[in-house]
Amino acid sequence: MTAPVDGGPPPRLQAVHLGKEFEQPRLGRRITVLDDLTLAVGRGEFLALVGPSGCGKTTLLHVLDGLVPPTRGQVLIDGQRASALGRERAMVFQDAALLPWRTTVENIAYGLECLDVRRPDALAAARRWLTAVGLEGFGEHYPHELSGGMQQRVNLARALAVEPAILLMDEPFASLDAQTRETMQAEFLRIWARTAKTVVFVTHMISEALYLADRVVVLTGRPARVQETIAVELPRPRDHSVRRTAWFRDCEDHVRELLSAVAPPDRVRGAGAAELSSGDGAGRASPRGRA
Amino acid sequence: MPEPIEHADWMPAADGHGPADPAHRRPRHPGPVARLLARQGRLLIGSASVGMFLAAWEAVGRSGLVSPLFLSSPSAVVAAGAAMWASGELMEHIRVSAGEFALGYLAAAGTAIPIGLAIGWYRRLEYAADPFLSALYATPRVALIPLVVLWLGIGVWSKAAVVFLGAFFPICINTVAGVKTVSHVHVRVARSFRASDARLFRTIVLPSSVPFVLAGLRLGIGRGLVGVVVSELYGASAGLGFLIATAGATFQTDKVFVGIALIAAFGVVCNEILARAEARVEGWRPPVGPAR
Repeated sequence: MTAPVDGGPPPRLQAVHLGKEFEQPRLGRRITVLDDLTLAVGRGEFLALVGPSGCGKTTLLHVLDGLVPPTRGQVLIDGQRASALGRERAMVFQDAALLPWRTTVENIAYGLECLDVRRPDALAAARRWLTAVGLEGFGEHYPHELSGGMQQRVNLARALAVEPAILLMDEPFASLDAQTRETMQAEFLRIWARTAKTVVFVTHMISEALYLADRVVVLTGRPARVQETIAVELPRPRDHSVRRTAWFRDCEDHVRELLSAVAPPDRVRGAGAAELSSGDGAGRASPRGRA
Repeated sequence: MPEPIEHADWMPAADGHGPADPAHRRPRHPGPVARLLARQGRLLIGSASVGMFLAAWEAVGRSGLVSPLFLSSPSAVVAAGAAMWASGELMEHIRVSAGEFALGYLAAAGTAIPIGLAIGWYRRLEYAADPFLSALYATPRVALIPLVVLWLGIGVWSKAAVVFLGAFFPICINTVAGVKTVSHVHVRVARSFRASDARLFRTIVLPSSVPFVLAGLRLGIGRGLVGVVVSELYGASAGLGFLIATAGATFQTDKVFVGIALIAAFGVVCNEILARAEARVEGWRPPVGPAR
């Protein structure tokens, strides 16, 4: 699954036996977030990662981006070891993470400025991306003057503006209302079809993963490992009607079962604790009622 | 900046249908007074409250209830001020005090901001500087005046040094806090876009520190003015603190008030200048306040 044996081009992005541990000095422990995780993403492929909440999806994305070094294993880009400062990857953040003191256009230009593009050129490019994500007329607005959906468009445009080969997206539509989310998903597919980027899209929404991706990788609970990979062979361009097909529903149910079977240990413990305390509460309820 | 237009219920609703509740239909057109208040409320209410305070002071002063030796009155203070201005004496005091303040305050701002930024940015520097910052911030700077006079004499330099000591710490400590509270989300964005440390500092750390630096600069004005007055009380031949001290010692209450009023006015003007600067750089911030 890693290096091709037939001598074809290597996958665009590979995670090879990735492991990541965090020290938690305050709690006096060491937690393993990723454990021997291996996956490959082809050129122009749209890969979705789904996993139970807290399983380490975001950490995996940060390692893939180079924000955080892995404890073990490595990240390869086009078969080469990725440098932490490689410019072929860009991140779309979960909470839009816009700079509140910058206008929309200045926010979109930020990534380009970081790559030492001259400010006038960066702003000119930002204006083109403003149009591409449907925000004409909002270029001089500040983030707090934009709706959540518009902020995510800026977030997306900021990443697209640096023209990365690989787009890493961390639940970018999770905080949006259902309607806005569907619009954004459809629009993102449209943009993706035009730009032909390799996408790694983290989500906890199974239907979102199936609707958007070429392949869906289902992760286990923490520490995250690949549990199953599902090829989504729905024709493109897709619209939301694919969600009503029998295959889509069966697949959704299947993934849901996979995820519920691997609830992370702390969640199981948390649920047990909740049960205990609610039992306790019920026991105490009557004396308190009498008082 | 234009005043935001609130949607009051006398305005037509945006959809052209008006509020459905008939109780809200009653037309309530504001009178000219209400409209003037809405537009110039800050200026009008502020001036009215100051005017009423001065009128009450004048009335008490004239009634003979309190000896003019203790209270004086606004008219007596204005008269004394005008006489001192005409003789050129007042200008000399203002010139001396303003010079001392400007020297000490600008030196404080010019050093405290870069030093605060460095302390906030480099953790080891913070470890080294923190004992001094905490100790000197907690020490009343008045306690240092004898030392400063010993080193610098009683001329303008010792006064400027006391102003500097007063203003430096609030500015520096606030700046450090500004750097340290920078949002890790924004730092992650900069790192993800491969920003260099220098760019991260310039594009994330500096803009997020601005409100803290400005708060420190405003606190520093108050502390600096304390420094001017106290150091002039200690030993001087001119200046507003000197004026207050000598006038007080010779029971010229009206002159004491002239000095106090001028220092207060100076503080207000400096604060207003900073508030204007703040409005310029912090214009992106949504307004904060209780719901109306």
